[in-house]
Amino acid sequence: MDIHEYQAKELLSKFGVSISQGGLAYSPEQAVYRAKEIGGDKWVVKAQIHSGARGKAGGIKFCTSEEEVLAAATELLGKTLVTHQTGPQGKVIYRLYIEEATDIQRELYVGLVLDRVKQRIAIISSTEGGMEIEEVADKNPDAIMRTEIEPTVGLTDFQAREIAFNLGLEPKMISQAVQTLKGAYRSFRELDATMVEINPLVVTGDGHIRALDAKMAFDTNALFRRPQIAELRDKSQEDPRESAASDYGLSYVGLDGDIGCMINGAGLAMASLDMLKHKGGNPANFLDIGGGASPERVARAFELVLADEGVKAFLVNIFAGINRCDWIAEGVVQAYKQVDVKVPLICRLSGTNEELGQKIIAESGLPIITANTLAEAAEKAVEARNKAVGA
Amino acid sequence: MTVLLNEKTRVIVQGFTGKIGTFHAEEMMEYGTNLVGGVTPGKGGQEHMGKPVFNTVKEAVDEAGAEASIIFVPSAFAADSIMEAADAGIKYCVAITDGIPAQDMMTVKRYMYRYKKEDRMVLTGPNCAGTISPGKAMLGIMPGHIYMQGEVGIVGRSGTLGYEAAAQMKALGIGITTSVGIGGDPINGSSHRDILEHFENDPDTKAVMMIGEIGGPQEAEAAEYFKNHMTKPLVAYIAGLTAPKGRTMGHAGAIVSGVGESAAEKVKLLEEAGVVVAPTPSDLGVTMERVLKDL
Repeated sequence: MDIHEYQAKELLSKFGVSISQGGLAYSPEQAVYRAKEIGGDKWVVKAQIHSGARGKAGGIKFCTSEEEVLAAATELLGKTLVTHQTGPQGKVIYRLYIEEATDIQRELYVGLVLDRVKQRIAIISSTEGGMEIEEVADKNPDAIMRTEIEPTVGLTDFQAREIAFNLGLEPKMISQAVQTLKGAYRSFRELDATMVEINPLVVTGDGHIRALDAKMAFDTNALFRRPQIAELRDKSQEDPRESAASDYGLSYVGLDGDIGCMINGAGLAMASLDMLKHKGGNPANFLDIGGGASPERVARAFELVLADEGVKAFLVNIFAGINRCDWIAEGVVQAYKQVDVKVPLICRLSGTNEELGQKIIAESGLPIITANTLAEAAEKAVEARNKAVGA
Repeated sequence: MTVLLNEKTRVIVQGFTGKIGTFHAEEMMEYGTNLVGGVTPGKGGQEHMGKPVFNTVKEAVDEAGAEASIIFVPSAFAADSIMEAADAGIKYCVAITDGIPAQDMMTVKRYMYRYKKEDRMVLTGPNCAGTISPGKAMLGIMPGHIYMQGEVGIVGRSGTLGYEAAAQMKALGIGITTSVGIGGDPINGSSHRDILEHFENDPDTKAVMMIGEIGGPQEAEAAEYFKNHMTKPLVAYIAGLTAPKGRTMGHAGAIVSGVGESAAEKVKLLEEAGVVVAPTPSDLGVTMERVLKDL
């Protein structure tokens, strides 16, 4: 689960990471009020959307008067910001963060991730802050330092000092840097994060270290014990279909094709999309209905897939283990009657009780196209799609 | 022979008396698994489905001679159950539970390092369908009837895609020594490589099928292992060729977040190492058939 920049900064500051003074605004008037509250004569108005690279997309404005703050806020609020991370549909700006402008001397990078090779947390640090770390890794890999943290001991002082010296910080700034790094590490551990990124971490003109931008992501499997994090979820930043799916406990990812899919199991779902592509089709979505697929769940899944108006054919591919094909078949028949299915439906049922399931589909009298294998199902789905669009 | 599990293996269920534990314990016994009891803290001394219930795994090991365990404990408590099994001297543990926090698994892995490698419990999962040695024993939630006994080992992240592979092979008359699910989580008990090593050392396994997917380093490690240490043929398939970068595709671990984690890159690495990669998920069976003919 992702959160906004201002939320990440608030959390980090509670762990001893120093941040610039700032405030949240939902309206242009409130933005001006925040600027006044902060004082001074230079501010930054920052669009709060769940994406990086907001600066390049025009989502971050430097202002030197209250009028400029008002103008920037008026322009940004309600606007859809498209960055290379949001996809072409972009994300709508509903919140702004107004911050005092910082006198930046150096821009550094600090990121914490779960290292799947070492199975522990790793700190990635670099002197090349302010740009994406992938870009640095590509162009100047020597500028990146990787530090693995022993889970039972945590980030030690000496490791934090090593990172700080490697970032080229002056001796008088080392203890500040150690505090920042240890704070970021503790936030990762204590809040069940999956990613903490401070980019850039800046050295200010007066010799302070500050998190100028921050990004945090959290383990959804651990939200049950992190209610203060669960509260930070902002559904306005999620694809509405993905939000709805997650509320039903279904796993849905919207894609840009036109063949809707409902499959059980993540691996089989990915493989089915691959198969569609192989047969010349384009999947509209990834949808894993998971283990206990009750008729209600199947109906919800039908609604989700068919809510996408671009869907021209609908592929159901089930290999039942814990699921039973007869239950799924009953669910499909019920959902077909409940939900207005206007596109051809291709259904393949395999595994536990497959004959029973196939019989239920056949005897339902519904115009469901059946298939016995994955390849046949994908082929028929592509065929039906082509017929539907007149190709 | 089989790997990890056979008809003699003395199995217990952790989370025995719950609804899910009960359902699958029954299925496993029906399949022929040597189930010797189960653990539910607080219900020790009772009987469940004619088998003894213990309060702790240690008691199950001491009194029922438990060697392997399968975990159906809810995600918030599952990591603790895995560590309890490791501490009690269980040799092989399958964690079925889905949704265990990643940092809990980090703790589990660290905890298990306190045992020397030869004494360390083998863990597969979490978030997997389990392990089956067809015709002998089942330690999982799969439909047993789709697996035929034979000479091919299967290791895979996905449950249902593993079923697909087993069913395609059965249709062609190809059987399985053991099929091992390693699960879809970012931090798991055993890697593809770990299981390949078991199959390489099993005299009855003639060839291996590996079903991987996007995300993580484990298929690349497997390619390296195959190149340097394996004498048996390996057929692989990587799911997620069409998956967009940066999106989690169902499994918590199925996300392309860095270099080498996409399906195309993994396929390339495997092919360079000499692994036979099935071009589509419908070709799993026929690709294995071809490889076996050449043996």
